[in-house]
Amino acid sequence: MDSIIVEGLTKYYGDLCAVDHVSFTVEAGEVFGYLGPNGAGKTTTIRMLTGLTRPSEGRAWVAGYDIVKETLEVKRRIGVVPEVSNLYDELTVWENLEFISRLYHVPRAERHRRIGELLKLFDLWDRRDTRFRRLSRGLKRRAVLAAALVNDPEILFLDEPTTGLDVVSARSLRGLVNRLRGMGKTIFLTTHYIEEADQLCDRVAIIVCGRIRAIDTPENLKLKAGVKSILEVELSDRPPASLLERLRGLEVEVEGRQLRVHTDNPQMLLRLLVEEVGRSGLTLLSLRSRSPTLEDAFIKLTGLSPEVMRREKGV
Amino acid sequence: MRLRDELEGIYAILLKDLKAYYLKPPNISWGILFPIVLALAFTLRNPRGLRDLAPGLVAMAALFGTTSMEAIVVTFEKRVGALERLYMAPLTYTSILLAKVLGGAVFGGFISAVMTLLCVTLLGMHISHPLLYVGGLALSLIALSSLGALIAFSVREVFEAQTLSNYFRFPMIFLCGVFIPVGSLPLPLRVVAYMLPLTYTVELLRASTLSPSTCPLLDLAILTLFSAVFLLLTHRAMGRAYG
Repeated sequence: MDSIIVEGLTKYYGDLCAVDHVSFTVEAGEVFGYLGPNGAGKTTTIRMLTGLTRPSEGRAWVAGYDIVKETLEVKRRIGVVPEVSNLYDELTVWENLEFISRLYHVPRAERHRRIGELLKLFDLWDRRDTRFRRLSRGLKRRAVLAAALVNDPEILFLDEPTTGLDVVSARSLRGLVNRLRGMGKTIFLTTHYIEEADQLCDRVAIIVCGRIRAIDTPENLKLKAGVKSILEVELSDRPPASLLERLRGLEVEVEGRQLRVHTDNPQMLLRLLVEEVGRSGLTLLSLRSRSPTLEDAFIKLTGLSPEVMRREKGV
Repeated sequence: MRLRDELEGIYAILLKDLKAYYLKPPNISWGILFPIVLALAFTLRNPRGLRDLAPGLVAMAALFGTTSMEAIVVTFEKRVGALERLYMAPLTYTSILLAKVLGGAVFGGFISAVMTLLCVTLLGMHISHPLLYVGGLALSLIALSSLGALIAFSVREVFEAQTLSNYFRFPMIFLCGVFIPVGSLPLPLRVVAYMLPLTYTVELLRASTLSPSTCPLLDLAILTLFSAVFLLLTHRAMGRAYG
C-alpha cells in the first residue's frame, strides 16, 4: 500500500520552477530518501506534501488524503521535522511537547504517558525541565524529532535532519531514525548527505534542478549508473609497462607507485595483479578494494560533485 | 469534534503565547509602568479636567497594549520559524489568527485594567455603566489587536511592524477625540477620525463613564465591523504566505 502518491507535482515561484512535475510513490513502512543539492527542490516538495505550500500544478495524496483539498486530515496523520529546530526557546522540553500534543489534539489521558515515553526513547528525560534554548544543537534536533512523534503519526517527514550536527549527534540521530523504521513508520527524508541516504533509505530519489533524475534502491542506483568496484594498489616501485599493458581496456589511474583500477570483476583483477607483480619482481605493499558507493552513482547520474553539495551547506 | 479541536488549539496557542512572551517579567513591569507614566504625565501637565481625559487614557493604554507586543510576538515567530510550527498543526488559519489576536487582546486588557484602576483611584473616574465599559473595552481590544495582527502578518521584520504600527497609532491618538473633540476638527480630519477604530473606543468609554453623547450601539457595531474587516484582511495575508 502506498502512503504517499505524487503525480506531476510542480511549484513555480514567479518564473522560477522550483519543482518540475515530479511523480513518485512511497510505500507504507518505507524509508524514502529525497537526495539533491541545495535549491534542487527538496524542501519545496516537502512543504507541498505537508500542506505548508500550495502546489502550482499536479496532485498528491498523503495517507490517502488529498494534500490540497484535505490538508487538515493530512496534517493529523503526519509528523514534520523541519530543517530549522523551531520549538519554543522559552518553554521547557516537556512544555514544548505538551503544547504540540495539544495542537495535535492528543487526548488528555494519553498526553503525559506519550510524552514520557518519547523523552525516554530520545534520551531527553533528564532534560525535560530544561528550556529549549539551553539545549545543544544535537539535543534540539532530538527534541524536534520527539515533537514530531507526539501525535503518533503514520508518516514522518524529515527535512535535512542531521544538517549542522556534529558527527556523534548525527550518528545518534540516524540510529533513532532506524529505530523509527523498526516501529513501522513511513519516513520521507530529504538530505544532501549521500552516505546518509545510502545508510538509511530503502529507496532514493535523486532530484536536481526540480526534476527527478532517478528513483530506485541505493543498490539498483549503483547498478544503473554502471559504477564499478575500485581496487587501490600500492607497489614497491612504479608500475612496469608490462603491467599497464595487461590492464589495457580497464579504467586505470596511476599516481607514482599507486594504481587505482575500476573493474566489475575484482576477483579476476586481483589474480592478474598478483601474478603480474610477482613476475616483474615488485612487491605489493598494500591492496584495498572499495565497493561502489551511492556517491559514485550520484556523480555518474547527475554530473555533480558531492563536494559541491557539502560546500553549499557550509559543512 | 472539529470545533472542539479548533477551540483547544486556540486555547493552547493563547496559553503558550502568554507563558512564552506576554507574561515575562519585563512585559509585566512595562504593562504596569506604562499606564502610571502616562497618567502621571497628564496629571502634572494639567491636573484639572483629567476626569474628561481619563477614558482617552484607557483607550491609549488599550491601543499600545494590544499592538506593541503582538507585533513583536508574530514577527519574531515568523523570523525564527516558530510560526510555521503552528501552520504544520491540524488547525485552520482562522484558529491560529484568533489565538494571536486573543493574545494581544489579553495583554492589552491587562494594561487597560491597570490604567482603569489608576483612573478610578487617582483621577476620580466614575464608571456609570460597567457592562458597557467592559463590553466596549473588550470589543475595542479585539478590534485593535486585529489591526496589530494585520500589520504583523503583512511584514517580515520586527522593526517594519513597529514602524508601520506607528503610522497608525500616532494619528489615531491625535484624531480620536482624546485631546481635541472630533466634532471641532476640520471636515477632512473629521472624516479621517471616523475611519479610525480608536475614535469609537473613546466614544464608548466616554459613554460609559460620562453621559452618552452618541448611541453606544452604533459604536459597538462599527467596532465589530472593524474587527471583521481586519481579521479578513489578515486571513488573506496569511493565505498569501501559503501560496
